[in-house]
Amino acid sequence: MPTVGVKRDILFSALGRAYSDEEFDELCFEFGLELDEITSEKEIISKEQGDSKASGASDVILYKIDVPANRYDLLCLEGLVRGLRVFKNKKVENMTSTLCRKRSLVAIGTHDLDTISGPFMYTAKAPTDISFKPLNQTKEYTATQLMSLYKTDSHLRHYLHIIEDKPVYPIIYDSNGIVLSMPPIINGDHSKISLKTRNVFIECTATDLTKAKIVLDMMVTMFSEYCAQPFTVEETEVVYPDGKTYMYPELAYRKEKLSAEFINRKVGINESTERIAQLLTRMCLFSQATGSGDEIEVEIPPTRSDVIHACDIMEDAAIAYGFNNITRTTPRSYTVANQLPLNKLTELLRQDLAAAGFTEALNFVLCSQEDIADKLGKKISETRAAHISNPKTAEFQVARTTLLPGLLKTLAANRKMPLPLKLFEISDVVLKDNTKDVGARNSRRFCAVYYNKSPGFEVIHGLLDRTMQLLEVKVGSREGYHIHSTFFSGRCAEIFVHGKSVGHLGVLHPDVIERFELTMPCSALEMDIELFL
Amino acid sequence: MADTGVAETLLKRIEKVDGGVDSVEVATSLGVEHQAVVGAVKSLLTLGDVISAELRSSKHWELTEEGKEIAEQGSHEARVFSAIPPDGLPQAELMKLSFGKIGFSKAMSNKWIRVDKSHAGGPRIFRTVDSIQDQVRDKLLVVQKGDGTQLEEKEKNELKKRKLLSEVTLKSYWITKGSSFSTSVSKQETDLTPEMIATGSWKEKKFKPYNFEAMGIAPDCGHLHPLMKVRTQFRQIFLEMGFSEMPTNNFIESSFWNFDSLFQPQQHPARDQHDTFFLSDPALAHEFPLDYLERVKRVHSEGGYGSQGYKYDWKIEEAQKNILRTHTTAVSARMLYKLAQQEKFTPVKYFSIDRVFRNETLDATHLAEFHQIEGVVADYGLTLGDLMGILHQFFTKLGITKLRFKPAYNPYTEPSMEVFSYHEGLKRWVEVGNSGVFRPEMLLPMGLPQDVSVIAWGLSLERPTMIKYGINNIRELVGHKVNLQMVYDSPICLLDS
Repeated sequence: MPTVGVKRDILFSALGRAYSDEEFDELCFEFGLELDEITSEKEIISKEQGDSKASGASDVILYKIDVPANRYDLLCLEGLVRGLRVFKNKKVENMTSTLCRKRSLVAIGTHDLDTISGPFMYTAKAPTDISFKPLNQTKEYTATQLMSLYKTDSHLRHYLHIIEDKPVYPIIYDSNGIVLSMPPIINGDHSKISLKTRNVFIECTATDLTKAKIVLDMMVTMFSEYCAQPFTVEETEVVYPDGKTYMYPELAYRKEKLSAEFINRKVGINESTERIAQLLTRMCLFSQATGSGDEIEVEIPPTRSDVIHACDIMEDAAIAYGFNNITRTTPRSYTVANQLPLNKLTELLRQDLAAAGFTEALNFVLCSQEDIADKLGKKISETRAAHISNPKTAEFQVARTTLLPGLLKTLAANRKMPLPLKLFEISDVVLKDNTKDVGARNSRRFCAVYYNKSPGFEVIHGLLDRTMQLLEVKVGSREGYHIHSTFFSGRCAEIFVHGKSVGHLGVLHPDVIERFELTMPCSALEMDIELFL
Repeated sequence: MADTGVAETLLKRIEKVDGGVDSVEVATSLGVEHQAVVGAVKSLLTLGDVISAELRSSKHWELTEEGKEIAEQGSHEARVFSAIPPDGLPQAELMKLSFGKIGFSKAMSNKWIRVDKSHAGGPRIFRTVDSIQDQVRDKLLVVQKGDGTQLEEKEKNELKKRKLLSEVTLKSYWITKGSSFSTSVSKQETDLTPEMIATGSWKEKKFKPYNFEAMGIAPDCGHLHPLMKVRTQFRQIFLEMGFSEMPTNNFIESSFWNFDSLFQPQQHPARDQHDTFFLSDPALAHEFPLDYLERVKRVHSEGGYGSQGYKYDWKIEEAQKNILRTHTTAVSARMLYKLAQQEKFTPVKYFSIDRVFRNETLDATHLAEFHQIEGVVADYGLTLGDLMGILHQFFTKLGITKLRFKPAYNPYTEPSMEVFSYHEGLKRWVEVGNSGVFRPEMLLPMGLPQDVSVIAWGLSLERPTMIKYGINNIRELVGHKVNLQMVYDSPICLLDS
């Protein structure tokens, strides 16, 4: 959720009255905003850099307000005040990080029109062929030099990657060859806005045309509030490479018709057509009853790009009515509850395994390749593991293919606890499986470990016997279950149920014990439980 | 019993006197250690009201070992005086005596003796008075007789300073008859035995009472994990409310079901590498319901079903990318699509509690994987009021009755509401979940009837568990760094109390 910081007193004077902090918090809540923090520049600096740096800073009170991610129109003081004033029946820069997705979709430049002359040319050139004096610098740089200059800039360095490795960089010139901007990195210093600026030129460049139109409309509407004649703008002709021309900004007002009954039915209220039109008007959606039945015509202004369906209009009516004024009702849907059989089995088994003296652990699905392969003396290629492409650390390289490493790590983290340690987990592992639409599936496993001064194979074997008893599987090689030694020095066996291999049990190899930073012998059991359904 | 003999004698003593007896006096007259009497008193006290004993403490003066020696042989200075013959004694010789050194300086300060340093043959000591009065010994003898009170405090403190006297505190009991006094006491049994039951002898026996102050022996048992205990309760609540469990055992999901089917645009920040775990193997999903996929593509890029759409170039390559699901709503989408394929629509209530994954920055309350609780209801004509009503019922089962709703934004629900509850401890409203009505752009391409509404809500399982069990660091709860002692000690999970 984006946060906007506004000076409290300026906000209140724009709203036409002062509020107590509590009153303003309440107003925000009803409107779908959140008063996140009450602070000042001084407080912010002293928090981040210490009191000494903050001594000269302003102590004017700032409100930090959280705005929902779709309400681009509320991301500056002007928009916020407009929204709140209308909501109460009276009659800046954050946009780039939300709607423009950190400049990768849309870049904005504002210029002093009297310092430049059209037509303007949006083109692309090799970095070495671009040279201009960037905003707030004293000399000219080539684009290549600029990229290394901004490498250390705490703000701009985040945008460099968008064009850095491209053969040519985007650039905007005026008719005299003066650089307006090199989007999405920096504007030219020549055309920067000052207190003397009388005419503002706004340019928007984007990789997504719809977003560019929305941003341009938004910029224009917010700036135009301060025009000599408020809310006026001159349009600009844009000629595309294919010769087609368009006039921008579009500032398209859209009209939607819907019925009062639709809103009443969806919200669960019973208001007159006129009253609903009033509610919508309070949300900056100018509305009136058309007189034809309960039809309402709603005008959606260019600032409300978030309204794309009648349901968005319905929501605004509900907000204006007040969510907390809506009567809470109970749906009459008759349904019968069913448990997922696999989860039902899991719940029942967990209870009885705890009753058998084992304590439940809960480990992560994500782990390192080492955990599921090297440490267990296996090759990662043998594991059928699903691999993560963008792990931030080695802990998130793969999805686990076995529950055992997690339990061994739990033992290692709890070595100070009295022995024996008896742990179990019933949870999912992930295995690659081409028969599934996504190429992988979960597998529900039961794993248990016994950690003590002696390996206690008989304890783990006893737990297997008890589990089989709970699952009503008798001992026997064909019809029931049996274990069969297949591994190292007769200390590990494969578990077969009705002739099918379902898992293993045995005493851990001393190398495995050491790799998991354990010091005592340990026996373990792991098996698939899905076939018991 | 420690010493039945002492106890019996003690009881007889008590029987004879009216007021009571002092344990020290009894010990002295019986010629036994005081400790033996105290033992007898304590064991008699365990029998009930046979006797009652009041603990008293008194202070008195006692001679130290050195004090006793002086009382017997005289003070060091007196012994020095008497060791000196009329014609004197060489100082070196006097110093050889055990009491010589201390006695010499004391006798000097008492002016009983003098030193002639110029005497031929070395310094020599002579008496200066004819006779002396050994006051130190006299005083110690007074104390030894038990008449210490006759001495002044100042005198006693002086002797204490010389380490001849010490003050001791004596704890004694003043013993009187109890309400069920008797001189004959039988031996107490520690526990009931099978023989006593068989012979009926338990009827005559007296049993040693248990110490109810002590802890019992901890039972040998296994334990369920606290997060799973809370999960069980949430499952129970959903089942009580008639919700069926969704199959969420598929951690790997395609971007199509996780995002596109939910009408979440392909440039949405949640679909960024910084927020979501993508898979390199298996990297792509290879199977989709193709006609549905076409409808999803159209609603994103062109709109339809009354929507303007997002008007961008929707790419199947984005939809194919496999990820670790970021929410269980991906499964809800699959279930609602499946429901839409039924010949005739029937109302459903679904729930799930399972893991979701976020590639985000980790801290004391956030991990890369956590459990999401989700509830979904689909039926004709559901209203926003219905959503708030069902949330009220759900949270009431958790013991939360004061709710209010804040407008919020979520790409696939409209309206969207954050659920806040009033926290009595913190004295403020805290967010407890998210909710909303699924957008028509999500439901209609699936093929659900026009007037079916789907309401849904979600919350994390970890947060209520951390609050319930008072855990501040999520790593102590989930993962291998869990504190097993915490698991062993965690109480049962009653959410509504």
